[in-house]
Amino acid sequence: MKTEPLHIAGHTFQSRLFLGTGKFGSNQLMHDAVVASGSELVTVALRRVRLQEQEDEVVSHLQIPGVKLLPNTSGVRTAKEAVLAAQLAREALQTNLLKLEIHPDPRYLLPDPIETLAATEILAREGFIILPYINADPVLCKRLEDAGAAAVMPLGAPIGTNQGLQTRAMLEIIIEQSGVPVVVDAGIGAPSQAAEAMEMGADAVLVNTAIAVAGDPVAMAEAFKLATLCGRMAYEARMGSVRKSAEASSPLTAFLGQE
Amino acid sequence: MSFLPIFEQHSWEGMAERINGKQAADVERALNKQGKRDLDDFCALVSPAAVPYLERMAQLSYRLTRKRFGNTTQLYIPMYLSNECHNICTYCGFSVHNKLARRTLNQQQILREVEAIKAHGFEHLLLVTGEANRTVGVDYFEQVLEWIRPYFANLTMEVQALDQADYERLIQKGLNSVLLYQETYHRDNYRQYHPKGKKGNFVYRLETPDRLGRAGIHRIGLGTLLGLEDWRTDAAFVALHLGYLERQYWQTKYSVSLPRLRPAAGVQSPNVEVTDRDFVQLICAYRIYSENVEISLSTRERPAFRDHLLKLGITSMSAGSKTEPGGYAIEEEALEQFEISDERTPEEVAAMIRRQGFEPVWKDWDSVLG
Ligand code: SF4
Repeated sequence: MKTEPLHIAGHTFQSRLFLGTGKFGSNQLMHDAVVASGSELVTVALRRVRLQEQEDEVVSHLQIPGVKLLPNTSGVRTAKEAVLAAQLAREALQTNLLKLEIHPDPRYLLPDPIETLAATEILAREGFIILPYINADPVLCKRLEDAGAAAVMPLGAPIGTNQGLQTRAMLEIIIEQSGVPVVVDAGIGAPSQAAEAMEMGADAVLVNTAIAVAGDPVAMAEAFKLATLCGRMAYEARMGSVRKSAEASSPLTAFLGQE
Repeated sequence: MSFLPIFEQHSWEGMAERINGKQAADVERALNKQGKRDLDDFCALVSPAAVPYLERMAQLSYRLTRKRFGNTTQLYIPMYLSNECHNICTYCGFSVHNKLARRTLNQQQILREVEAIKAHGFEHLLLVTGEANRTVGVDYFEQVLEWIRPYFANLTMEVQALDQADYERLIQKGLNSVLLYQETYHRDNYRQYHPKGKKGNFVYRLETPDRLGRAGIHRIGLGTLLGLEDWRTDAAFVALHLGYLERQYWQTKYSVSLPRLRPAAGVQSPNVEVTDRDFVQLICAYRIYSENVEISLSTRERPAFRDHLLKLGITSMSAGSKTEPGGYAIEEEALEQFEISDERTPEEVAAMIRRQGFEPVWKDWDSVLG
């Protein structure tokens, strides 16, 4: 079972499932779930890492062959703070990859479009490979692409809500218009929803809560692995269109050419 | 704009009646509701009518907490900088009339304490003082923050109420968060608990979270002292306050604490009893009312009880606490503010958290995040 690989700014991924690594009941469980998911890109929150120390516990549990780290800036509220955090993350974790996450609202963790665009403009000039986390706003996605984002990460629903693809109509437009990979981030609560996003043509999905707080996170990670693969295979196999309403049973255009 | 006019629309008796009038059907409605619960739902959840629903509340609280905060528990530790205090608070061991050795830590002493605390791995620190504005005022706080900022990821203060400009100065120096408990929202009786000193000004204290919000602080901690007045009514005022603050200062995070009156030298014993069962109901009610609020638990509570509470909605807990200045590295001479109950080491508490299937999180912030 092979699908087309995903390319993001020179990095190639076989797996189209990205994992968030917060909320796990232990670092070992987090490690095991990452392995079971087959993911090759996992986020790590800068705020959780002891930057001054040689051996950070979270990071050392994510040193897995074939798995790249995607530092995120969770916690910053402005572009200025984000730039500072990004520079520190690059230095500490030795990677240009960056999940840019600016949410001034600490309750629903909804991203700030204005600050995110401003930060993308600055960080792109500094050579970062930026994957911005944003609301499902098609125009914003194009503006971010123009500003140098390597991919866009629109949300399916508010973080941690497991509500699925609430923003479906907007995601469809984003996928249709995007010149960079589209990663559906946040809100995916069940493997079937991951498959749904992939069938729609999303390039990847990012999942965290649904795996981390499942009864058996490792088994759930594998379920998401298969669902993501499944959805992608269906997309590549070009699904027949789903009929939304009944068609008239006798053809309406059969008279043409009959005279 | 401040909380005061909103507070004044509600009388203590009116709130108490609102709670005591709740029926089983109100509790069911609050539990079954999809989406944000309102103050009436909260009143139902803390009411006597909710007592038979405690297990259901606990299950819901557990699920909501896991969804939002994951299977983790944040660890922090308090550091008492000073026990000087010019106030009288009838429930506190630091009250001015209590005969005890007073001490305010200097730079060298603070750095020794820091070293001892860091040896356990703590990154989130809570700084505590009494109220002695001349010696332990904003200038001192600024100094202290400067000394210790490099060692910690997150700094919280639990000190006297200050002006907005003072908070702005301290935020500049790296202060992330302030805990300031109203103690009780019973305005008339508040005066009796605070017969002397600046803390006796009920309104100034009530409007402190507004000043903090305007100053742009990251996190504000609310709470009442359990054991002073009817806990259900006080909790409903906390919920009212929280709801107001969340709308008004939407960029700020909030936490609630549930300090339960503990014995200490020269203090009054609790006015009203708050049982373990009440305590659990309160935690669950806060969680169901606000899915995002942090709920923290101190070492005032005894170990076995703390271990059970871990699953019920708590998101952070202190461990290995000493409640006298210099308690970690300098030998004990001063008296503590209250007796701690959970005397386990931080390592033992972390091991307990792991045994329950949670990851103890030592660092969940960074000084670069402002
Ligand atoms: S509660 Fe605070 S202000 Fe009141 S006596 Fe104790 S230390 Fe002083």
